Formats: sequence, structure tokens, C-alpha cells
Amino acid sequence: MEHPLLFLSLLFESIGLGSFAHHYPHVLYSWLVVLLFIIVGRLAGRNVSFIPGKLQNLFEAVIDAIESFQVDMMGEEGRRYFPLIATIGLYVFVCNVLGLVPGLLSPTANINTTLSVALVTFFATHYVGIKYHGVKYVKHFMGSFLPLAPLMLPIEIISHLSRVLSLTLRLFGNIMGEDLVLAILLALAGKFFAPLPMMFLAIFTSFVQAFVFSLLAMLYIAGSIHEAH
Amino acid sequence: MKKLTVTALLTALFVLALTAVAMAAETEVQVAGLKVFYGIVIAAGFGIALAAVGTGLAQGMAIKGAVEGTARNPEASGKITVTMIIGLAMIESLCIYALVVALILLYAYPMSGPIQKLVGM
Repeated sequence: MEHPLLFLSLLFESIGLGSFAHHYPHVLYSWLVVLLFIIVGRLAGRNVSFIPGKLQNLFEAVIDAIESFQVDMMGEEGRRYFPLIATIGLYVFVCNVLGLVPGLLSPTANINTTLSVALVTFFATHYVGIKYHGVKYVKHFMGSFLPLAPLMLPIEIISHLSRVLSLTLRLFGNIMGEDLVLAILLALAGKFFAPLPMMFLAIFTSFVQAFVFSLLAMLYIAGSIHEAH
Repeated sequence: MKKLTVTALLTALFVLALTAVAMAAETEVQVAGLKVFYGIVIAAGFGIALAAVGTGLAQGMAIKGAVEGTARNPEASGKITVTMIIGLAMIESLCIYALVVALILLYAYPMSGPIQKLVGM
């Protein structure tokens, strides 16, 4: 599928990196999101004052909402993994919404971007599990009844691997489908603002998908913190 | 009304007859290749439709349960909402799998290159 006008690709073309920009536009746009986070984060955290300014106020509200929700879901131990979860949630949300701006595209509409985020979640889950339980982490895969362990082990391993698959495909399919619908509506009746009502729905879907992604990451990490049943 | 139905049937028959004439002109290999494409399009369309039926029913049941729970105990609405959203996302991902499979069939079917070469596109 030919991409519409993407200003970052044009920018890279003008400095002689056109082939890279045309083959991997999603990489460029995920860099853009990362850059955005670094700059806005620096701006917000530069002069933190007791009486917050506008930007600090906004960030305090967002961060506080995420943190209180996370502590609700994961318990008090979950506070340590707040940076990971909040980063995943905000990154996925901004990536999803980016595609609604003309001239930009959603990095999450490519399966590689979503797979990278899902793999980070997967490895973080098992890192946390090994850190909390050491060798006894194997018990998480054994089920509750020891003689049945040879039966449960493959099932548990497959279910852990399928988490990566489902996280990846859910986000990718939602955002890709949404972008396809917008593109088709634009091609059919773009003159009459046909994609506009769909775009409002797309903002909602983007939020829900980012919410669900970070929520599942929370639940998986909480599951490996808890004792095996 | 009856006239309209007859007209529609006749049009469909005419289109089918035209396709038959067009098919007869081509070689057998190309016909076989085209049949694969018909199959792909039909499979993609019906697959997503069936998935949407099941997903719609399941999500309706989930939302029904959540709304009833909230109506009986409005204080628990926060927890019910969170659980409902997780469940809805899980159910929805089934339909999304069907969508991904349909997209793979339509845009990235691994055999489409050889088949296109066969048909001569």
C-alpha cells in the first residue's frame, strides 16, 4: 500500500536517507514519539515548584491518576514498576493517536512496533518473577498439584508465549483496522468529511487499547510477584 | 416488488453468463488461479462476518452483566467497569484475530506471488 504524504519521510529524503525513510516509516515515527517524550519530560521536570505551573499541573494529574490506579490493581509492591507501566501506557497512547494527525502515521499500525512493546512486557514479567522468587519461580509453571506438573508445564509455557501473541495482534489489529477504515472513508467521500465521525471513535479506541495494554502488563507483572498457588 | 426481484435475478444471471464466456476464453491454469482469488475474497469476507457475529453476541452479554451488576450495586461500579473493559478487550481480540487473518489473506498471502505469475497479472 502506498503511503500518503509523510513529512518525516520527505525530511529524511532531503538529507539523502530516502530509502531508509520509505522502507521503515514506522521506525521514524516511533523515534518522533520518543523524542517528544524526552523533550516534554525535560520541560515538565526542569523547574518543579511547590505551586505547580500549567505543564507541571497537567503532568501531575496524569501521573497521579496512573499511579493510584496501578496501586489499586497491583498492591503496594506494584509502585516499584510504575515507570515501566506508565511509559508503556503513554507511549502506546501517543503512538495510537499520532495516526489521526494528517502527515503523520501510527507506529503501532505496524506489527513490529507492537511486538517490541509486547516483548518488553514479556521479559519484564519473567525478570520480576525470577527476582522475587529465585529458582522457586518454576512453581508458577507447575500448577497446584505436583504429580500433574509434566502436563501443566507445556500448557503454562504455551500460555505465557501466547500472551505475547495476543498483546501484539490485538494492538496491531485495532490500530491497523482503524487506519484502514479512515483511509477507505477518505477515498470514498473525503470531500464531505466522512472520516470525521470515525476519528472521534478512533480517539476512544486508541485510549482503550493503550489502557488495556498497560492494564494487562500490570496484571502479568502482579501475577509473577504473587506466590504460586 | 415482484418485477424488481425478477429484474435482479435476470441481471445476476446475465452477469454470471458473461463471466462464463470470459472464463471459457482463458486457459485452464488461469481459471484455477482465479478460483483461488475468489476463494480468498469469500473466505476473508465470511470469516470476518462470522467472527463479528460471535464477538457481538459475547460483548452484548458481557455489557448486560456489567450493567445489571452496576444497577444492583452502584458502589462497585469502578471495579465492574475495569473488569468489563478487560473482558471486552479479550473478546474483541478474537474478532481482531479474524481481521488480521483476513488482512493477511488479502494483502500478504504468501502464495499470492506464484498465483499471480500463474494467472499472468
